[in-house]
Amino acid sequence: MVTSPTIEVTSLTKDFGPVRAVDDLTFTVQPGRVTGFLGPNGSGKTTTLRMLLGLVRPTSGSALIGGKPYVELDRPGAVVGAALEASSFHPGRSGLDHLRAYAPHIGVPDSRAHELLEFVGLSDAKERRVGGYSMGMRQRLALAYALLGDPSVIILDEPANGLDPQGIAWLRQLLRSFAAQGKTVLVSSHVLGEVQHTVDDVVVIARGKKIHASTLAELSALASKRVSVDGPDRARISRLAIDNQWQWDTGNRGIVVHDVDASIVGAKAFAAGIELHRLVDEEVALEDVFLRLTSQVDAPVSLGGQA
Amino acid sequence: MIAAIKSEFRKLFSTRMWWILAIVMIGYLAFVGILMSIMFTLLGDEMTGGAVQGKTLAVTIYGFINPIGYVFPLLIGSLLFTSEFRHQTITPSLLSGANRTHLLLSKLVVSAVVGLLYGVIAVLAMIGSSAPFLQILGDGHYLGDSEVWKLIAGSLLVFVLWTMFGVALGGLIVNQVAAIVVILAMTQFVEPILGLVLGIPEATRGVAQFLPAAAGNAVVGSNSLAMGTGMGDMLTRTEGAAVLMAYIVIFALLCRFITLRRDIG
Repeated sequence: MVTSPTIEVTSLTKDFGPVRAVDDLTFTVQPGRVTGFLGPNGSGKTTTLRMLLGLVRPTSGSALIGGKPYVELDRPGAVVGAALEASSFHPGRSGLDHLRAYAPHIGVPDSRAHELLEFVGLSDAKERRVGGYSMGMRQRLALAYALLGDPSVIILDEPANGLDPQGIAWLRQLLRSFAAQGKTVLVSSHVLGEVQHTVDDVVVIARGKKIHASTLAELSALASKRVSVDGPDRARISRLAIDNQWQWDTGNRGIVVHDVDASIVGAKAFAAGIELHRLVDEEVALEDVFLRLTSQVDAPVSLGGQA
Repeated sequence: MIAAIKSEFRKLFSTRMWWILAIVMIGYLAFVGILMSIMFTLLGDEMTGGAVQGKTLAVTIYGFINPIGYVFPLLIGSLLFTSEFRHQTITPSLLSGANRTHLLLSKLVVSAVVGLLYGVIAVLAMIGSSAPFLQILGDGHYLGDSEVWKLIAGSLLVFVLWTMFGVALGGLIVNQVAAIVVILAMTQFVEPILGLVLGIPEATRGVAQFLPAAAGNAVVGSNSLAMGTGMGDMLTRTEGAAVLMAYIVIFALLCRFITLRRDIG
């Protein structure tokens, strides 16, 4: 295990002229965990990451990596690996040359570039010019660039964009393994579902403001529970729901009961002698929670209080 | 710094632009070299009344290296910066090493080396294309003459300076199209015309010699037949180099404190 630096963002604010892109943002990203940085497009995610990486100067507040701003890190490329959304390549340069161009500055030998191209599955395309790469290949190359210096802090902006389902599964496993190695991993996305199975912690922002920060489990608690129930006698099941004063409605496979644990529904049905063929805790509709959170920008305090 | 410089070399030589521009430069200089050497050896006496022949002719023709060729080192130098902004590779460049002063300095170092390379190519193209005609049709190529060697040395130096000038200019005008338009307009129209206009009246003649192109010609020490020099006075070699260095330093400082202070987003 390595002791990776913690990312600390404190009262970070950025104005672009009259527009406040990032507004008094505070959160931390712990080592050994994958943190999802979530928000709709244009909510200030990329600006925040660019401030964290020393590319954009904050109007006020600070963004520190292991207690230092990025620009004061001794060898930033070897501490922090980052791939930003506007994946930036010279179209006339080959994938291999892209990595070779930065290898000396980051302080790694050329062999590392070959290694990583193999690792991200680009070794067959490495001599080809990036102009001919697909979106998914560019994402893989951007990831290879981020990993060039074997960094202990990994910051990826929308890394799943353009990846096929296999690629997303591969990325998920990769990020989990980084966290398991003790690295600090921050991944942004505008779709919660994309990172739902990857992240331990979530930071949700909208219009530059923090809406929610917690573990994923705590975010899940904000979601309403749904239990799908079915059996030969649907009328008796709905009577059971009415008798117990459960909120319910008719789903496409029987009856859906809200905000009650499946165990309670099962026990009550058993006690009433109702035959059940289906008793399923439905996947927590986290995406709904995310949408609800990010559409209520003007009431972040009350939602934060619930968390 | 050494690592940053190595990265800069790799950035430049891993795309095609450096050799495409070099080939265009060779073609352009060779065309001028062949044309001028044939024209002057065959028709020179009628054109100049015998004033330009022998060594003067050789020096005059070799002297076209700078005024004809200097647009190329300027362009390749400017691309070191503008292509970073055009393709947004400035982001990974500043992530690899966050020190923006180092980025600028390493580009200047690389440009000096590339400028020397372009200078050697330009000298070979011009001499290779014109010397045989001077030898066969004229009075000789005079390649053993010290005046010719001084001119060649001056041409190499001025190419180094032009490439650094290009980096500093590109660092100030980071929009690639704008930078190319400015360089082409300055080198092909504005400076030659300005040089002539300012060079004629006594009062402005002193100003004309401080224009970049005129300073460049001073570094080479090429004579008044060379384009863009106008008719005004010419600085000494050292003064010319100092004037170009001053332009480079001013533009580089502006680049550092304007362009490189901005947010990269």
